[in-house]
Amino acid sequence: MKRRSFLKGTVASGMLGVAATAGLLTPKMVLAAWPKAAFEAKDLNQGMELIMGSSDTTESNKIKVKAPDIAENGAVVPITISTSLPDVSQMAVFIAKNPVPLCSSYDLGPTTMGFVSCRVKMGKTSDLVAVVKSGGKLYSAKKAVKVTIGGCGG
Amino acid sequence: MKKLLIMAAAVGVFSTTPLISQASPEDDLKAFQGYFLKRFPNVPLAEYANGVYALDEASREQWEAIEEFPPYEIAIEEGEELFNTPFKNGKTYASCFRNGGIGVKGDYPYYDSEKGRVETLESAINECRTKNGEKPLGYKKGKLASISAYMAYTTRGQKIDVKIPFDQRARDAYESGKRFFYARLGQLNLACAHCHVDYAGKRIRADLISPALGHPSHFPVYRSKWGGLGTLHRRFGGCNKQVRALPFKAQSPEYRNLEYFLTYMSNGIPWNGPGTRK
Amino acid sequence: MAKKSIRVRAKMKGDVVEVKALMTHPMETGMRKDKKTGKKIPAHFINEVVAEHKGNKVIVAHWSAAISKNPYIAFKFTGGAKGDAIMISWKDNKGESASTETKIG
Repeated sequence: MKRRSFLKGTVASGMLGVAATAGLLTPKMVLAAWPKAAFEAKDLNQGMELIMGSSDTTESNKIKVKAPDIAENGAVVPITISTSLPDVSQMAVFIAKNPVPLCSSYDLGPTTMGFVSCRVKMGKTSDLVAVVKSGGKLYSAKKAVKVTIGGCGG
Repeated sequence: MKKLLIMAAAVGVFSTTPLISQASPEDDLKAFQGYFLKRFPNVPLAEYANGVYALDEASREQWEAIEEFPPYEIAIEEGEELFNTPFKNGKTYASCFRNGGIGVKGDYPYYDSEKGRVETLESAINECRTKNGEKPLGYKKGKLASISAYMAYTTRGQKIDVKIPFDQRARDAYESGKRFFYARLGQLNLACAHCHVDYAGKRIRADLISPALGHPSHFPVYRSKWGGLGTLHRRFGGCNKQVRALPFKAQSPEYRNLEYFLTYMSNGIPWNGPGTRK
Repeated sequence: MAKKSIRVRAKMKGDVVEVKALMTHPMETGMRKDKKTGKKIPAHFINEVVAEHKGNKVIVAHWSAAISKNPYIAFKFTGGAKGDAIMISWKDNKGESASTETKIG
């Protein structure tokens, strides 16, 4: 179990007051407190380490990242991550160029499929990175999504 | 017929006398729809109920992903609840509309000969409120938009069928809306037609422009940009601001007449509200 | 919180249960400024979503404010049948929460 202290003078915010355990990785299936540190990591690999236990991933073409080439509106980008990899216990979505790359993380039950859809905010053109924990190992795939400013002057 | 449009679009000066030809609204309709049907031969008329998504594959995919569970469903539910909640005097909205207010969005806009102006669904909703001793609601978003969304939803699938009665005033309202559509506005000096006719399906910077044909069919609309629902007149105002023109007020005569013209131009297209757009 | 702040559709597709849920929530990032006051609008977002079926946690989602306003989630699992109940609940960073139960159709 890795213990990291990336908390550089974190403000005691109104968020779930779990600052004490923020650096600890707890067993995933127990309702863990919200992983605050992971959601504050400005570096993608750091965020990955905190949320998935490691930043050591292998690219896999068995993970499909469905997202538009050009997002119609960066505030609502519909995405779907799906994988045919077996024994998926966790999936995470990172938006590389967002201020905090980690966007969301999903702990899956034993009969839950490696599939999740959601709608995300992208601040600018960026890679969308999906990381899947299959059989305890990490695999990843990414897709570049362009985010543009509208043309109507609005 | 195309000559009519070109002539109208070329009118750079906004004047009070009808410079635009003496063709009838029926002729205008044929020309307007004919232009789009010819330019996009693979898009049937009914598809224009889906706006720009009828013209572009990539953005259609994103829209379909959102339509899997569209955010306006929340507003429809809210609207239904508001619609069924009685006023302080015990009456409900149903008492103000034909058929209890179900499936009646197609009755609007229409030219009200008594009042001497175009009546829209939103104005009818507020009329119902004030008639029953309630305060009017804001016309652009919020509760009124939700009620409008519910009423639009119960009308889905019916064909747009605006009629212009044999009344010079109604005809004038229509012509006024038409003039507005083709008149240049704002610092950017653009007319609605420049973007939504000439540039429909093309990009202005990164925005894909929607065709004017079918515009009113999918309102009110949940726009990702607004993070919520808005009415047609809200969008008119936003669009005017975007060409750096001072917007008119929601439900002003200018916007009512514009709605009248635009909806008439969309006759035959199914009502498809509420919608989601970026 | 809003009355129906979670709307769920759960359907059997073969032997897979497909679940889609739409939630009402501002998902405020805490980075936007109020146009009138110039002050930052405080962060207010759902940070956890849990789906349960027969006492098992089918999915636990940890979210940031990078999830869009009026958030949506869809997932699939096996081992469910028509008529079973699915419970979806969320918690946000202010400690508010909501939950709803739906039957698989």
